[in-house]
Amino acid sequence: MNPNHDHFPEGESYRQSLSGRYRTASIWQSLFFSALVIAILSLAALLYNIMDGAFGYVAFEYKNDPAQFSTKPLDDLNKQELLAILKANLSSGAYKKLDNEKPMEKRSKADLYTLTLERLIQIDIKQTWSMTDSILHSAEIKIEVAGKYPEAKLEFRSWLTPVFLTTPMSSKAEFAGVRTAILGSLWMVGIAILFALPIGTGAAIYLQEYASKNLINRVIQTNINNLAGVPSIVYGMLGLAIFVRAFEPFTSGSMFGVTDSNGRTILSAGLTMGTLVLPLIIINAQEAIKAVPDSLRQAAFGVGATRWQTVWHHVLPNALPGILTGSILAVSRAIGETAPLIVVGASTFISIDPDGPFSKFTALPIQIYQWTTRAQSEFHSIAASAIIVLLILLLTLNASAVLLRNRVQRKY
Amino acid sequence: MKRENTIKENINFRPLDLKKKMRPGESIIQTLLFISGVLSIFITVAIVYELGKEALLFFNNPDVTLAKFLGTTRWQPGIGLFGIWPLVTSTLITSTIAMFVSLPLGLAAALFLSEYASPKARSVLKPILEILAGIPTVVYGYFALLFMTPLLQKIFGEGVEVYNMGSAGIVMGIMILPLISSMSEDALSAVPRALREGAYAMGATKFETSLQVVLPAALSGIGAALIIGISRAVGETMIVAIAAGAGPNFTFNPFQAAETMTGHIARISGGDLSYNTIDYTSLFAIALMLFLVTLILNLVSQVIINKFRQRYE
Repeated sequence: MNPNHDHFPEGESYRQSLSGRYRTASIWQSLFFSALVIAILSLAALLYNIMDGAFGYVAFEYKNDPAQFSTKPLDDLNKQELLAILKANLSSGAYKKLDNEKPMEKRSKADLYTLTLERLIQIDIKQTWSMTDSILHSAEIKIEVAGKYPEAKLEFRSWLTPVFLTTPMSSKAEFAGVRTAILGSLWMVGIAILFALPIGTGAAIYLQEYASKNLINRVIQTNINNLAGVPSIVYGMLGLAIFVRAFEPFTSGSMFGVTDSNGRTILSAGLTMGTLVLPLIIINAQEAIKAVPDSLRQAAFGVGATRWQTVWHHVLPNALPGILTGSILAVSRAIGETAPLIVVGASTFISIDPDGPFSKFTALPIQIYQWTTRAQSEFHSIAASAIIVLLILLLTLNASAVLLRNRVQRKY
Repeated sequence: MKRENTIKENINFRPLDLKKKMRPGESIIQTLLFISGVLSIFITVAIVYELGKEALLFFNNPDVTLAKFLGTTRWQPGIGLFGIWPLVTSTLITSTIAMFVSLPLGLAAALFLSEYASPKARSVLKPILEILAGIPTVVYGYFALLFMTPLLQKIFGEGVEVYNMGSAGIVMGIMILPLISSMSEDALSAVPRALREGAYAMGATKFETSLQVVLPAALSGIGAALIIGISRAVGETMIVAIAAGAGPNFTFNPFQAAETMTGHIARISGGDLSYNTIDYTSLFAIALMLFLVTLILNLVSQVIINKFRQRYE
């Protein structure tokens, strides 16, 4: 329908135009719907792409024949035999170093098995295939491998294994894990929340319960809304200038007698991330406090409670589920953020568990970034596995936020 | 009479004190709460001060002149090349591509959700958009490099480089889509029902109503969504750092590699950067530009939203 018509069609011509108008309407409706279909397809493609990378055939060769270490197949050896092999074939320096990291006697059988593979037999990955290729072109791949790498073994491998979760970093993709990255992420998020939750809730209480409508409070409110839209990398630069550089004596721990570090620590990262999620926490807490009905406050004032007594005994307990939901969402934002951590100086190779706020750190998204930007495809496979770990972590967090919201939500 | 007397005798009235009582605990708490509120202002001040201080060091460097900064097209502060344009153009190109993907798709999705979808369909479709919005950007980077780029190479052939602005831009568009659609949907559902009923009464079809009545009425809210989307695209880091290329490149070809402002900051600061070098201060100059651009965009969009709200409330 053209709005510039001088006359609206009438009678027969109106009826004739009607079917055309309906046709246009239904075409556009399906166009609108197709936008959602594209969104769903993108999501499906993304998830498929990740699964495709995390599983598939891998062709590898043993650099050293397992037979030269043991007459029995490796899988049948028990812990003591593995230990003996390691002791006999590793140089005494290398063995001592491993023993210092964790006493060899106390290591599990799986751990010793991995060590034997990693240090003695040494795997050389020749080529990897995606899940789709592995399933659809299985026969061709087998022929190709037999032709190109006659020595190689072909194995369908899930790169995401329980071992992947519990082993630290390694420079070889097949032995690398995300243990240090997960621990680093947890430390960082813990510090961020310890820093941001009390301050954020305090700010929200001030703005909702105490602030009058004067200029300074309006400025605070506008400022918080704007901070929520500042690009995360700018927070990274702020963290680099303030937490890493200006506060170095504090964040490196040299104030507390820690000597072997600079400002690029978990503490700096956690504080930077806390600054980043602070506006989010404030805004969510404000919404939660706003939802507490005024009648509760008036009843409290009516029986003579002071403002803080009202807030502490009546407003906060009722707003708590909302505040917690908001902070879970903030946690999931912090776990996925990468850019500020790069700027603040996440280390790329950490094979020792972080042992406190002053240790160097790596985090799950940092590992994903590192591995994705490597050229070899086996690193893409472990990047995909790490993404699955990250997404499952986020899904759990968000699901618990939704559950919490639905469960404790009160209707007034 | 007698009863009243006993009540008066039994209740021991305290003399009413109308003066405000001093409660030191209360005022301490109130001060602490005020400090937490004001801290957010300190964060903004700290951002402006720290970025400004280092950026000033950069621009005060005798080698850096305005003519070089804006008049040349190569950026390599380490060897005295200070032309900012390659970083700016690639940021503009990736953001433009992202907006060309996310605005039509997001708007169409919002129109469908607010005007056509049944409550049941909404309850299925909206969470899917929310999942898209919750995926970390580093995952989108993986997707851009290992899915979108091979796809573009299949479609457009050899001319597509392994790292290119096109795939980063498209994937960024997918990332921003949920933001545009949810903000536009809010704007569309804020249009009063009476306007729609009026259009139906005049014999308009649902499509004519939504396109010629509801959409114009929600235009300012959609404008705000567009502006927020641009600000998000300009500040987005991980997708471009992974997929758009490493190294400033002055080009307008979306199939070539070129580093954006954010990607440049991420790459340079990723190494062990020593303080007080020209590389270090130049990053702060770029970050200050980013901060100012996004701040202005966010402020404009907030002003638009506030105006829009007043009109219908």
